[in-house]
Amino acid sequence: MDFTEDQLLRYSRHIILPEVGGKGQAKIAKARVFIIGAGGLGCPVGYYLTAAGVGTIAMIDNDTVEMSNLQRQIAHSVHTIGMPKVESAKKTFEALNPDVHFIALKKRISKDDILDLIEDYDIVVDGSDNFPTRYLVNDACVMAHKPLVSGAILRFEGQVTTIMPGEGPCYRCLFEEPPPPGLVPSCQEAGVLGVLPGVIGGLQATEVLKLILGKGDVLKGELLIYNALKTTFRKVKVPKNPSCPLCGENPTIRELIDYNEGYCAIQ
Amino acid sequence: MQREVTMNEIIADKKINIKGLVCPYTFVKAKLAIESMEVGQILEILLDHAEASRSIPKSMEDHGQKVLKVEKINDTDWLLQIRKDKD
Repeated sequence: MDFTEDQLLRYSRHIILPEVGGKGQAKIAKARVFIIGAGGLGCPVGYYLTAAGVGTIAMIDNDTVEMSNLQRQIAHSVHTIGMPKVESAKKTFEALNPDVHFIALKKRISKDDILDLIEDYDIVVDGSDNFPTRYLVNDACVMAHKPLVSGAILRFEGQVTTIMPGEGPCYRCLFEEPPPPGLVPSCQEAGVLGVLPGVIGGLQATEVLKLILGKGDVLKGELLIYNALKTTFRKVKVPKNPSCPLCGENPTIRELIDYNEGYCAIQ
Repeated sequence: MQREVTMNEIIADKKINIKGLVCPYTFVKAKLAIESMEVGQILEILLDHAEASRSIPKSMEDHGQKVLKVEKINDTDWLLQIRKDKD
C-alpha cells in the first residue's frame, strides 16, 4: 500500500510498531467492521477504529440523539440532539478521519436482515444494550462464522469477550437463554458510570485491531470483567459447552430468534 | 546474500534520502522502505537528523535487521546501510 504524506503522519505511531508496520496498517485499511449500536459502546469503538484507519465501518442504530446520552456517548453532542445517532456518529468520525468509509444504517436490526447486513464484513462488534439483540447477534455470527467482539455494561461493571465461531465458545455456551424480562434491571435501575463504556469500548476496539492484524491473544473462551469501583479486572475462563443449543454437538437452534417481547430498552 | 565488492564497498539495493525529516518520521520512512524490500537486500539511508543517526540503527536492530554501516559523511549528513534480515 502506498501511503500519502498525510497518512504517513497520521499512522506513524502505528507504522513504527513492529507488530503493525506498513503492512499491518494496510490490513487495517482493508478491514471491514460492522458495529451494532451507536450508544455508549458503539461510540468509543467507532471513534478509535476510525482513528486507527479501519477502511470500512458500518454502524446500525435506530435511535436519535438525546440530552441524556451525552454523559457517555462521546460521538454525539448538543449540536446533534434530535439527529439519528448513526448520522451524528458519521459526522464526528468523518471529521476525525476522512480516509474511513462510514456506512450509517438507521434501523433496528432484525432476524430478517442481520445475516445479509453482516455478510460483507470481517468482524462484528456488539455494543447493544439489550438481551434480544445480544442473542440475535451471537446467533447470527455463529451461523455466519463471523468473529464477534461482544461488550456489555451496567452501573460500575463491564464485560468483554471475543467469540470465534468454530474455535471457541459462543454467548449461549455461557448463558443458554436470555434472562426473563422481569430479572433484567428496569430503565430506572440501570444507571451507568459515564466513563465505563469508554473503558469497555476501548477494550473492544483493541480486540478488533488484534483480529485484523493477527497479532496477540484475543479473549477467546474468556470473559474479561472490569469493576470500576474496585478497579479490578477479572478473567473468567468460559469453556465451550458441548450441549450448547447453538454451537454444541446437537444444536437445536437452527433459525434466528426474535426475543423482543417484554423487554424495556435501556436508552 | 550480502553483496560485497572490492574495498568493502557495499552496493545498496535501494537508497532513500530523508534529509530534513525528524523523528519519528525518519524511522517511518526507513521502516516502510525496508518492508518493501526482500530479505538479504541492502537499504542505504541519507539523513541529517543527528538523533536519527543513533535511533534508526537501534530500532532496526530491535526489529531484527542488520546494521552494516553508520557513517558521518560531512558536517551535516550521515549515511546508514541496513541489511534486511527479517521479513
